[in-house]
Amino acid sequence: MNSIVAQERIIALRKKRSAQDLRFKYYGFIAMCLALAVLVFLLYSIFSRGFSAFQKTTILLEINYDQEILKLTPDSTDQEIEKGKFFKVKKNALNNVFENLSKSDAKLIKKLFSTNIDKEIKNYYIDNPSVLNTTQKLWVTAHSNVDQMLKGNSRRDVPEDRRKLNDIQLSFIDQLVEEDRIQKEFNNFFFTRADSRHPEIAGIAGSFMGSLLTLFVVFILSFPIAIGASVYLEEFAPKNKLTELIEVNISNLAAVPSIVFGLLGLGVLLNVFGFPRSTPLVGGTVLALMTLPTIIIACRASLKAVPPSIKEGALAIGATKSQAVFHHVVPLALPGTLTGTIIGLAQALGETAPLIMIGMVAFIPNIPTGITEPSASLPVQIFLWVESAERGFQEKSAAAIMIILLFLFMMNALAVYLRNRFEKKW
Amino acid sequence: MFFWSIVLILIGIYSSYIFGKSRIKKLVYSTNLKPKSQYNYHAQYVLSWCLLPALIVYFSWAIFEEQIIQNLILDSFEYVEGAAYDDGLLLAEIRNVANNIDFSDGKSQEIINAAAQYKSLKLTSQISFYISIIIIMVLGSLYAVRKINIQFNAQDTIEKYIKYLLIFCSSIAVLTTIGIIFSLIFESFRFFSQVSLFEFLFSTEWYPFIPIREGQAAAEGSFGAVPIFAGTFLVMIVAMCVAAPIGLLTAIYLSEYASQKVRKTVKPLLEILAGIPTIVYGFFAFVTVAPFVKSFGQSIGIDASPTSALAAGLVMGVMIIPFISSLSDDVINSVPQSLREGSLGIGANKAETIKKVILPAALPGIVGAFLLAISRAIGETMIVVVAAGTAANLTANPFENVTTVTVQIVVALIGDQEFDNPRTLSAFALGLVLFVITLSLNVLALRIVKKYRERYE
Repeated sequence: MNSIVAQERIIALRKKRSAQDLRFKYYGFIAMCLALAVLVFLLYSIFSRGFSAFQKTTILLEINYDQEILKLTPDSTDQEIEKGKFFKVKKNALNNVFENLSKSDAKLIKKLFSTNIDKEIKNYYIDNPSVLNTTQKLWVTAHSNVDQMLKGNSRRDVPEDRRKLNDIQLSFIDQLVEEDRIQKEFNNFFFTRADSRHPEIAGIAGSFMGSLLTLFVVFILSFPIAIGASVYLEEFAPKNKLTELIEVNISNLAAVPSIVFGLLGLGVLLNVFGFPRSTPLVGGTVLALMTLPTIIIACRASLKAVPPSIKEGALAIGATKSQAVFHHVVPLALPGTLTGTIIGLAQALGETAPLIMIGMVAFIPNIPTGITEPSASLPVQIFLWVESAERGFQEKSAAAIMIILLFLFMMNALAVYLRNRFEKKW
Repeated sequence: MFFWSIVLILIGIYSSYIFGKSRIKKLVYSTNLKPKSQYNYHAQYVLSWCLLPALIVYFSWAIFEEQIIQNLILDSFEYVEGAAYDDGLLLAEIRNVANNIDFSDGKSQEIINAAAQYKSLKLTSQISFYISIIIIMVLGSLYAVRKINIQFNAQDTIEKYIKYLLIFCSSIAVLTTIGIIFSLIFESFRFFSQVSLFEFLFSTEWYPFIPIREGQAAAEGSFGAVPIFAGTFLVMIVAMCVAAPIGLLTAIYLSEYASQKVRKTVKPLLEILAGIPTIVYGFFAFVTVAPFVKSFGQSIGIDASPTSALAAGLVMGVMIIPFISSLSDDVINSVPQSLREGSLGIGANKAETIKKVILPAALPGIVGAFLLAISRAIGETMIVVVAAGTAANLTANPFENVTTVTVQIVVALIGDQEFDNPRTLSAFALGLVLFVITLSLNVLALRIVKKYRERYE
């Protein structure tokens, strides 16, 4: 009798224990799925917001390139064209979007268009000078408010006073849609223009160029220095206190918050050495110092992976130590060091905080061409757009994030490819 | 100047190399003796004596040129009586006029004069730069060439130079640390000469205003950093509440339960999470999570602000999940297999083995991983800049707006910087606190992990 009870108890206990075991396993599984789900959700929430930024809304406008109004002749010089009265042509065109517009309606119509359309009208003329004295149908950029409304990013069912567009303007838009005079096309501005106060004509070309120049500086500085430092520490350094200090230093430097490097850039590079503010030169220097530990650690690992027999072989046939190292060990470790450098560059590409400290947050409406010119960088551009109150910038920042993620992905893929292609297993 | 000096230096090093090589060849032909080192080493020796002085000249020009010109301009500037001047603005104006950027009319005569002077000084400086760099390259090469002879061991010398170069490369990291400490302490010292250390550490009022004019009310502002530290702590706690369980359980599942295939796919995916730039998390927090937190707060009757500690903390937690999971994974994997087998052998099931044997054994390592994650969370900037607030608020309610150390550093430096104003300098004092805390957490964590590793080796 007792033994049966005991047996039942044991069975019950075992059931409980195995249920516990299973539950614990599921906790782990759920945690893992949660982490992955957040990743998917994050990417989804960015991509779903960003895709619309690759399109812009344009409106068909009938423009009368009248000689009298423009004050131009067929043989005007470029300078005269530059001073042509294109704004008057634009005004006339806007007044004739619909027939019999009242003055107040014309004002409302004007707000449906980008402030940039003067230039678009002028550029069209510069490209086709034969249009003088003709009437042309031109697709010109719509204002960001119209763009956002048609993309469904801002809603039209909220009360009128909380909308950017009032009811009359909405009815105009509806009429344009009905008459097929409004369309969406590929947003070339996003890829060819720098930052702007107006979302519809703001682009990432300037900040992208700034990021490229910054990464160039980072590469030029950190790659040779990292190789030098890791070769010294792996091959030449005597085992003493000083070497130990350098090693501890490097591993701790890797954990210093990036913003502190920004303070270093501001306090030392800008204030003491007088580097030019807001430029890729100083940004790249700060980021190079920041990524140096990462790259050094990767370089040392790949130097360590080269078997000692290679160096010993070289030494045995009479090479000096530096010949053995630089002619034999370093070339074999090069793919590994390059991989480490690319990963370091990817880290530098995504870094924002130190660049804010050294003034790369300034509003820069032109595309930089050199490392000593003020410029923005891609992550800082995203930061500026996220902080901006204008609704049209939100999709722009999501789209810029998509671009930066694409580049990070490509860099990491390149690193993996290099590692698989060139790294030898000994 | 940048491009042409690079070209000049390249030409210099090329010709010095050829120069050195032809010199030693000539010596060999004339004496018919075997030189102690190969030709290339002699040539490299001459090259290094050409390059190094050129670089020194180049960098000293790059660093000091603008400074010296500015001082000369300011010294000779014809100040007009009664007008207020700001040196920085004045110089910017002069430079713009000199570079033809500023087309606005009505510039005063003294500015135009100064711009002309600036232009001529710049020209003089550039001419003298090119002349001196050419002279120094020629002199360096001549000196080196004179030292070359058959007996001269150029290879030894070159290898010594290379070693010095390598030592210099590895000392960059140390110089960086020294630079960080120097700039933080120096500027913090200036900050604490205006604001008392006691106020900074114990007062609860943080209003870092810039006095716009003298004698303004609340002109000094007050710099009590307690709410900032509290806010940082709150955000960090929220983040760890998310990251610690998820990260640790993921690590346990991956190292103890998951098949090889799952591990191979999930680990790189988690690494993606670690590789996403923090500004992207900031965007996610601001656009997606913060509105959600606000509406969630409203639905349970709490008035949440649009930017809250909870939103920032949740997203920061997601960011540090991969740190905790990969570090804990390493730690759990390094627990010896014999411990697992012993426990399983006496009849414990897997969950019991993990909970009662592996986790206690791995505890120091896991604590180390958590400390590293905390240090990461404290130093994180962009998420909190975008998704937490900027106004100091002493609260324990995660639905409210709080601010953190890193946010205040950004806020203090993002606008006008004045290095005699405690508002700007406060960034460096906060940076010093941040640096000390993250560094000590890091050192502590590394020490714990190292001790733990030694136990099982």
